[in-house]
Amino acid sequence: MGAGDALLAIENLSVSLPGDQGPRRVLRGLDLEVERGQTYGIVGESGSGKSITALAVMGLLPDRARVEGRVLFDGHDLAQADERAMCRIRGNRIGMVFQEPMTALNPAHAIGRQIAESVILHEGASRKTARARALDLLDLAGIPDPASRIDDYPHQLSGGQRQRVVIAIALACRPDLLIADEPTTALDVTVQAQILELLTDLTERLGMSLILISHDLGVVASLCQRTAVLYAGRLVEEGPTAALLARHAHPYTAGLMAARPRLTARAGERLTAIRGTLPDPESVPAGCIFAARCPYVIDDCRAAEPALHEAGDGGHVARCIRLEAVA
Amino acid sequence: MSELAASPAAPRRRRRLSLRPNLVIGTCLIALMIAAALLSLVWTPTPLGTMDMMSRLAGPSAAHWLGADHFGRDVLTLLLVGARNSLGIAFAAVLLGGAVGVFLGLFAAARRGWAEEVIMRFADFAFAFPAVLAAIIVTALLGVGSTTTVIAIAVANVPVFIRLSRATGVDIWSRDFILAARSAGRGPLHITVRHVLPNASGVLLVQATTQLALAIVIEAGLSYLGLGLQPPAPSWGKMLNDAQTHMGSQPLLAIFPGLAIAIAVLGFNLLGDGLRDLLDPRLRRTR
Repeated sequence: MGAGDALLAIENLSVSLPGDQGPRRVLRGLDLEVERGQTYGIVGESGSGKSITALAVMGLLPDRARVEGRVLFDGHDLAQADERAMCRIRGNRIGMVFQEPMTALNPAHAIGRQIAESVILHEGASRKTARARALDLLDLAGIPDPASRIDDYPHQLSGGQRQRVVIAIALACRPDLLIADEPTTALDVTVQAQILELLTDLTERLGMSLILISHDLGVVASLCQRTAVLYAGRLVEEGPTAALLARHAHPYTAGLMAARPRLTARAGERLTAIRGTLPDPESVPAGCIFAARCPYVIDDCRAAEPALHEAGDGGHVARCIRLEAVA
Repeated sequence: MSELAASPAAPRRRRRLSLRPNLVIGTCLIALMIAAALLSLVWTPTPLGTMDMMSRLAGPSAAHWLGADHFGRDVLTLLLVGARNSLGIAFAAVLLGGAVGVFLGLFAAARRGWAEEVIMRFADFAFAFPAVLAAIIVTALLGVGSTTTVIAIAVANVPVFIRLSRATGVDIWSRDFILAARSAGRGPLHITVRHVLPNASGVLLVQATTQLALAIVIEAGLSYLGLGLQPPAPSWGKMLNDAQTHMGSQPLLAIFPGLAIAIAVLGFNLLGDGLRDLLDPRLRRTR
């Protein structure tokens, strides 16, 4: 991983939430770096720790959560920052786009006002300037004829348009980093493509970094320069997206790729699935976290948890001792 | 979908006010009461304080449309001025109690933790007192008078509003748009004022109408017990109290103020029902 120019560096980040039988470690020893202007994908299934990572960066984890490790944003450790300092960073330097545009907007306020609020809050702009900026932002987010929509309420917009408004709010103060947590999951397929295009386009035009969180390897593959694959709160593979797709070194990534539906499949052919289920975070087995579901498993896998092994160029790494066998 | 429940603005903008009988009747009754109270400021059948000794305990007549009481005071005059006093005290008390209760309740919802525990246990404690008993205690502490009556009824209102606004607040705090607001860098104060309060206002408004009805009854009760307004200021409760002595000779004296109280309470309750239907799409659909 290229050091020096990292905008966001997550170092050995662990998160525990209280559970019935003691704390559940939902994220374990995560390391990753996002450079300025980079598009970074985080992939994993439900419960893999993707959203927890996003919330940890934003400092929005529940109060009960225990956080260890460091979240270095532009040199400052956000994990240690107090609430007051975080309020200045959230929405100002880091923007966030949510999965559910239907509920991420306040139903009681017009959308223009919700966008303008951010500008007023972080930049001390006057109402008039803020409204003008809200118009620009709606236009930037691809809302047609923004002047006629700025006083609309969220319920008057479609899902795709609402997501554009959510993006406009996230971009209101020109953040350095945009975190999009499953931004297209709740949308129609055609709208999904538009929103993803908008996100990459904006990232380039505004020179932001983008962290795109998704369960869809395809979405991440088409947009992101680097990709991290999480499994049960553990980073299992990380590297340049192209390298990762060319050679999915970890058996889990390989399984994800094989599980994608193909257009060339014959009618009646069954979809490939990864057998088994995610391990319970309260009783994570010793050894490799994927061992119970892995087709390549050998006795050594269960003995000790593997370290990250180099799997290719550009810092492509995978947490597996059987890289040769998988390839 | 939850989308419907989460759009209090939707029915206001999209639907015309379809004629809901309880809303219409309630509004009319309350408008009538407020009109009577306002009218008493500029006109009463006889000036307040006039005693027509010849007409003591008289029934309705051309001179005294609703009769006269044991001092020969015009009953309609007393009712009109009484409306001003009773409604004024009820509004002031609910506004004061509601403001304090909503402040504490939303504070508890925003802070959680020990602050919430302290506030809610206080509310439980205050709630354990019947409203009238709480009002009597305050009156005993502060002495009688209209300000005391307002404070006494307000105190009885505080725990109701603490509980409701805290419960509604906690529910709203768990919604996605609050997380979105937090991710945009909003502090708890801003979120409470701009996001929680507007979305809780419907529920609080409906509760306020119920509390207004209750406040009128408590005020009447306190005045009836001699703990409310002091003579010569008229109030509906005091009129009832006075009428009691003369039930045998002139029962109408008790009927009119009783009717006024009943109409005001009915009006506020119907208004509250109507508002709830109007503001809550889920409830409207199940009807």
